[in-house]
Amino acid sequence: MPSLAQGSPGSPQLFMGNKAIARGALEAGVQFAAGYPGTPSSEVVESLAQVAKETGIYVEWSTNEKVATEAAAAVSFSGLRALAAMKTAGLNVALDFLVHLNYSGLGKNGAGLVVVVCDDPEGHSSGDEADSRWVASSEGIPLLEPGSPQEAKEITKWAFELSEEFNGFFLIRSSTRLSLSTSLVTLGKLPHVEKKAHFDTSQCISPYLARLHHISVLERLAKVQETFERSSFNWYQGPENPELIIICSGVGSSYAVEAVESLNLGKSVGVLKLGTLWPIPKGLVAKHLAKTSRVLIVEEVDPFLETFVKKTAFESAKVSKSLKIYGKDSGHLPKVGELKPDTVLKALATLFQMEYLAREADYEQRANDAAAKLLIDRGVTLCPGCPHRASFWSIKKALQKDGRDGFLTGDIGCYTLDVFPAGDKLTKALHAMGSGVGLATGFGHLDRFGSEQPVIAVCGDSTFYHAAIPALLNAIHNKSNMVMVLLDNRTTAMTGFQSHPGTAFDAMENAAPTIDAAKFCRSLGCKVVVTDPFDIKGTTDTLLQLMKEDGVKVLIMQRKCELVRMREERRYPYKVWVDVEKCRGEKCGFCTKSFRCPGLLWDIETGKAQINEAVCCGCGVCVDICPFGAIVREEAA
Amino acid sequence: MAIREDPLNLVISGVGGQGNILLSRLIGQSLMNKGYFVAIGETLGVAQRGGAVMSNVRISAKMPFGPLIPEGKAHVILSLEPLETLRMLIRYGNPKVITITNFHPLFPVSVLSGKDRYPNYEALRQAITELSALVWFLDATDMGLKLGMPIVANVIMLGALIASSQLPLTRKDLEDEMRDTFPSERIELNLKAFEIGFKALRSQN
Repeated sequence: MPSLAQGSPGSPQLFMGNKAIARGALEAGVQFAAGYPGTPSSEVVESLAQVAKETGIYVEWSTNEKVATEAAAAVSFSGLRALAAMKTAGLNVALDFLVHLNYSGLGKNGAGLVVVVCDDPEGHSSGDEADSRWVASSEGIPLLEPGSPQEAKEITKWAFELSEEFNGFFLIRSSTRLSLSTSLVTLGKLPHVEKKAHFDTSQCISPYLARLHHISVLERLAKVQETFERSSFNWYQGPENPELIIICSGVGSSYAVEAVESLNLGKSVGVLKLGTLWPIPKGLVAKHLAKTSRVLIVEEVDPFLETFVKKTAFESAKVSKSLKIYGKDSGHLPKVGELKPDTVLKALATLFQMEYLAREADYEQRANDAAAKLLIDRGVTLCPGCPHRASFWSIKKALQKDGRDGFLTGDIGCYTLDVFPAGDKLTKALHAMGSGVGLATGFGHLDRFGSEQPVIAVCGDSTFYHAAIPALLNAIHNKSNMVMVLLDNRTTAMTGFQSHPGTAFDAMENAAPTIDAAKFCRSLGCKVVVTDPFDIKGTTDTLLQLMKEDGVKVLIMQRKCELVRMREERRYPYKVWVDVEKCRGEKCGFCTKSFRCPGLLWDIETGKAQINEAVCCGCGVCVDICPFGAIVREEAA
Repeated sequence: MAIREDPLNLVISGVGGQGNILLSRLIGQSLMNKGYFVAIGETLGVAQRGGAVMSNVRISAKMPFGPLIPEGKAHVILSLEPLETLRMLIRYGNPKVITITNFHPLFPVSVLSGKDRYPNYEALRQAITELSALVWFLDATDMGLKLGMPIVANVIMLGALIASSQLPLTRKDLEDEMRDTFPSERIELNLKAFEIGFKALRSQN
């Protein structure tokens, strides 16, 4: 398979939306890309990192999204095109800078600056399903939204040109289904870029005096709107005077086209697809609204377009006052969750008083019967051999032995699975990156109000550098009482093993200085202990001791992510089996019921534990879990 | 080779970690080389950690389709785990759907912890058969274990899928694609796995 920077112009490639965005940036001559990993956005920066050496561009995983956008902006200020990418939660982190950047503009020498944000409708991999488009409208930031991987590539290219033309950054909004879906993309040319960077010191790029800059933001938006009115990323297909128009954006556009075709409504229904979402091309929208009596708005997640289409209809003299606008407010489409082709099909069918049946009623009945009788859920769980499973085991034991109704505040990473149905549920509060430590700083002051409950904050290594450090400083300086457990698996595991300041390599796989978390925490003056989570007894005892001490204590449970270890070593450390003579079977069930590693099985016939050879990775930790020594390990050959 | 429906909707399902994304990539790439429009929608993110995962592959000779298959509209379901075949049939099945299943159950964590019971194997097999127009069962994980690499069960199932002649792809199309995709030291093993699956399905016909 050719790399992202290869492939002849005009040839098709199968790209996921994020990779298409990355290719668009390359075709625009991007020189600098930065981001912080987060599903569904990680592949934008990752794809660029993979071709960094080949193309001579610079790519980094920054400590967090705010730093990423700041770094990218500096490069844009100095005359080179730059990109920053993040998930919605990361946009919130970056927003303080971005709001002010939107006021300041890009300076005298500003080159194109594009910020990509990937929303996660349905919250597949997020704690929210927030719609970033409101940020564009509330802060006056121009925003584009592609509808397919091909368009994602083209719109990204265009966004760099627009950013230069209007001297401000442009936001591209994607969502899970576009970012992570794959389809054909036709390649364009990669430009040759002269790379002389220079920052013009005759200027100061700043949003102060804010009021004056606010005026320029509004003037810029008005000009951008004029350009958007003529954009080819807004298109209409259908009859000249349709009975109904579907106005749509993002992946909703492919569902809309498919629904019209499936229901055979091509002669009555037109599709107006918008790719320029803020500011809304009101002239274009009004022109189409004037040609119909009914409109259905199809978009993810909130009624954003719907709100502004209604406003446009209200303001336009050409639009009939009896125009009916359907969508989320009318209840034809849901206000929560990911958009699906079925929901669009059903909404359109309803508006034409047609019946849409996914399948024959008899089959539907049989499928439902089978579901009721046989189907069970498959909850997500930590991988076999995951160090976090052992860490949580020790934390659980320490909390039990301590006996003061202590609890965990959680954070964002694989260990978030603790709050999922199959988790241990030791975590009692969980919100955003770094918030576990932040919450613990508050809980750690409750002793002065009569509470005796100890609090433990867990956070991963990447999360620690991203946002937990300010909270830890706060806890130390303000004399809170807490244990911070750093679940250090030496990578950013949840999003695909990206580097972070604690790893010895960077995004481009060059050697990089390592920020040693233990040394760093010691330098802050708090007590720091490092344990191997596979040493269950040592880890449990250490934690129990630390919970009894006053002040801020840091316990680093350090062991490499099993998936990374396996990739590097390609061998199992142990051969593991169950001694059926010693296994107490149903009377115990400690290993499968309580430890719950997927590498363990329960043999229904014998009523004893078993190792699932197809799944077990031979870490051998379950040997130390079994209270009867019935699980045996032997060093693998 | 033509496709029997346009778009042809293929579901590939399994458990996170079984490697169904690799299959959708190999199939998608081969179809692209043959000039088809392909769109692939995938479960990604948290579900990859031992949860139920699936890929939707949509194949068309006339136009690009969106990445998701509407409920009840699958033509072929290839599944790496039988409970997941059933889950997909309940969501995407219809009287014409064809299923190919790796009948090697993987217990959800709720079964390990004693909260749920995994369905009776015979009842599960029967339900899958009753909800499919045509079914194949094989134990690809066991075949992979015999090769010393249970992880290649996915490629064994790919061999079975191609042998079923449900896709407009030949054995050679996939073999070429695998040679392009895998690092050299893993090509032979995967070609062998593919062949095992291919022959296993053909031997059932």
